[in-house]
Amino acid sequence: MRISLEEVYETVRMTLDHHFDIRTVTLGINLKDCMDRNLSRFCSRISERIIQYGTRLNQAADKVEQKYGIPITNRRISVTPVAILLEPLRHDIATAVRIAKTLDDAARRSRVDFIGGFGALVQKGTTRADELLMDAIPQALAYTQRVCGFLNLASSQAGMNMDAVVRYGHILKDLAFRSKTGIGCAKIAVFANAPEDNPFMAGAHHGVGEPDFSLNVGISGPGVVRNIVAQNPDCDLTQLSEVIKRTVFKITRAGELIGREMASMMGVPFGIVDISLAPTTAAGDSVAQIIEAMGVKAMGVPGTTAALALLIDAVKKGGAMASGNVGGLSGCFIPVSEDSGMIKAVQTGSLGLEKLEALTSICSVGLDMFAVPGDTAPEVISAIIADELSIGVINQKTTGVRIIPAPGKKAGDIIHFGGLLGSAPVMKVANIPSPGLLRRGGRIPAPVQSLRN
Amino acid sequence: MSSQAKPQICIATVIGKDRVGIIARLAVTFAKSNVNILDVDQRVMEDTFVMTMAVDISKANVPISTLKRRLDRVARSMGLQITLHDERIFEAMHRI
Repeated sequence: MRISLEEVYETVRMTLDHHFDIRTVTLGINLKDCMDRNLSRFCSRISERIIQYGTRLNQAADKVEQKYGIPITNRRISVTPVAILLEPLRHDIATAVRIAKTLDDAARRSRVDFIGGFGALVQKGTTRADELLMDAIPQALAYTQRVCGFLNLASSQAGMNMDAVVRYGHILKDLAFRSKTGIGCAKIAVFANAPEDNPFMAGAHHGVGEPDFSLNVGISGPGVVRNIVAQNPDCDLTQLSEVIKRTVFKITRAGELIGREMASMMGVPFGIVDISLAPTTAAGDSVAQIIEAMGVKAMGVPGTTAALALLIDAVKKGGAMASGNVGGLSGCFIPVSEDSGMIKAVQTGSLGLEKLEALTSICSVGLDMFAVPGDTAPEVISAIIADELSIGVINQKTTGVRIIPAPGKKAGDIIHFGGLLGSAPVMKVANIPSPGLLRRGGRIPAPVQSLRN
Repeated sequence: MSSQAKPQICIATVIGKDRVGIIARLAVTFAKSNVNILDVDQRVMEDTFVMTMAVDISKANVPISTLKRRLDRVARSMGLQITLHDERIFEAMHRI
C-alpha cells in the first residue's frame, strides 16, 4: 500500500515545523591497533585513520541527508579511551596533550564537529596512565576545540572510586579557570555506568567491548513529542503514554533507517540508535516544555518527577518496539543550558539543584550542563558528583555530571556559551565542603545486587 | 517501469496556498530533470493545501541535490514549501 497523504504530511511537518532531526551520527573507531612506544608514529597512525573515516562519515551523511530529507545536525567520532592508548607511551602530561591536539587537528581536517574519548575508566582504581590522563585534562580540553573528555568514576559492579572523585573536583576547577567562561567544562562529563556505545557528547567513547568500527545514531525529537502532547490536551495519562509511544516509534524507525544506510555506504557495522530526547535552545525544542504541555504548571514544581517518569517510560517503550538496536543513553536529557524551558525554570525559581537531582533518578543522564558560582569549592563539586553518581550506582543505571563552575560569576548570573551549548543561569549551591567525608578517600563498595525489595 | 534500472521512488510534498499552475510548474521541472511522475494526491488539511507527488528519480539526469534546488526555485516563486524525500523514510516511520 502506497503511503497516504496524511502520513507524508505528518512526517514533513515534523521536519519543517517541529525540529525533527538526526541529532548526531557518531562513528566509533578502535585505535588500539595504533598503539606504539613511539609517540610520533602513534600520532600519525591515529591522525590518518580519523581523517580517512571522518571524511567518509561526512560524505555518507551528506548523501543520506539529501536522499531522505531529514537533517543530520552533527557528525562526530568517538575513539578508544585515550588512557588505554597512553599505556605504552612516555608518562608525561605533554604526551597526553599532544594526543589531544592530534585528535583535535584530525577532527578539524575531516570536518567532524566533536571527537570524544579523551578519558579513562577508573571506577575501581587508576593506572599510572589513567592518572596522567586525568592530570592532563585541564590543558588538553582548554587548548583544543573539538576534543571531548569523559571519566567513568563509578559502576554498579565496582562501586565508586572516591579518590578519583576527589581529584576530579580540583581538575575541573583548574579547567574552568583556563577556559573562557568555563566552557572547557562543557566538553567533559563524568559517569557512573558509562555506556560504551553512547553517540552523544561530551561522554561518547568507543568502548573496549566494541568492534573496529561502529556507527551509532542519536535521534532527537522533543519538538515532535511536545507537539503531539499539546495536540492531546484532554486524553488521560494512559492514552497520553500511547500517543508518545507511537510518535517515538516513528522517529526511532527513521533513525534506524538512516543509520543502517550510512553504515552500509561506509562499509562499517551499524551499532545502535540512541532514542534520547535531546533538546536544543530553539523555540519549542524543549523537554521542559513537554512536561509543561502534559499539564505541569512549571518545570520543577511538584508533579514534574511523575510526568517525566511517564514520558521517559513511553519513550523507551516506543523506541524498543521500533528497533532491536536501541542503546547508548536512551532516556531523556534535561541539560539546563541547552533547553530554553529549563533555563526559564531555573530563572523563575521553579527548578533548583535539589529537584534537578531528584529528576535524574528517573531520567538517564544526570546533572547536565548546569553552572554553579565560580567560588564553589572543589570539595563541593566532588561531593555533588559523588551524590549524583550514587544514584546511578544504586539503581543500576547511567548517571553523569557536566558541571560548570563559572569563573567570576555568582548565583543568579547567566553565562552564554553559544550554539548548541546554549546559556546557563548560575545555580545556587550550598557551598559547604565536607572534608571529613572526602579525605577518607578509598572506594565506596559496590551495592548488593539482591535483596531488592 | 520498462527499464532495467531499479525504480527509486521519492515523494514531493507541496504545502501552501492552492493556486493555478502548481502541477504544471512541477511537471515541467520534473520533465526537465527526466523524472517520471507516478501518482498525485491533494487535499486541504488544517486549512492548508497539501499535495503529494510520487516520482521515480532512477533515470534523473541530475543529482538529487540539483533536483531539490530546482524545486526550491519553484517553491520560492510560488510562495510554497516543497520537500522531496525518498519514499522509504515514510515506509519506515508509518509501517510496522
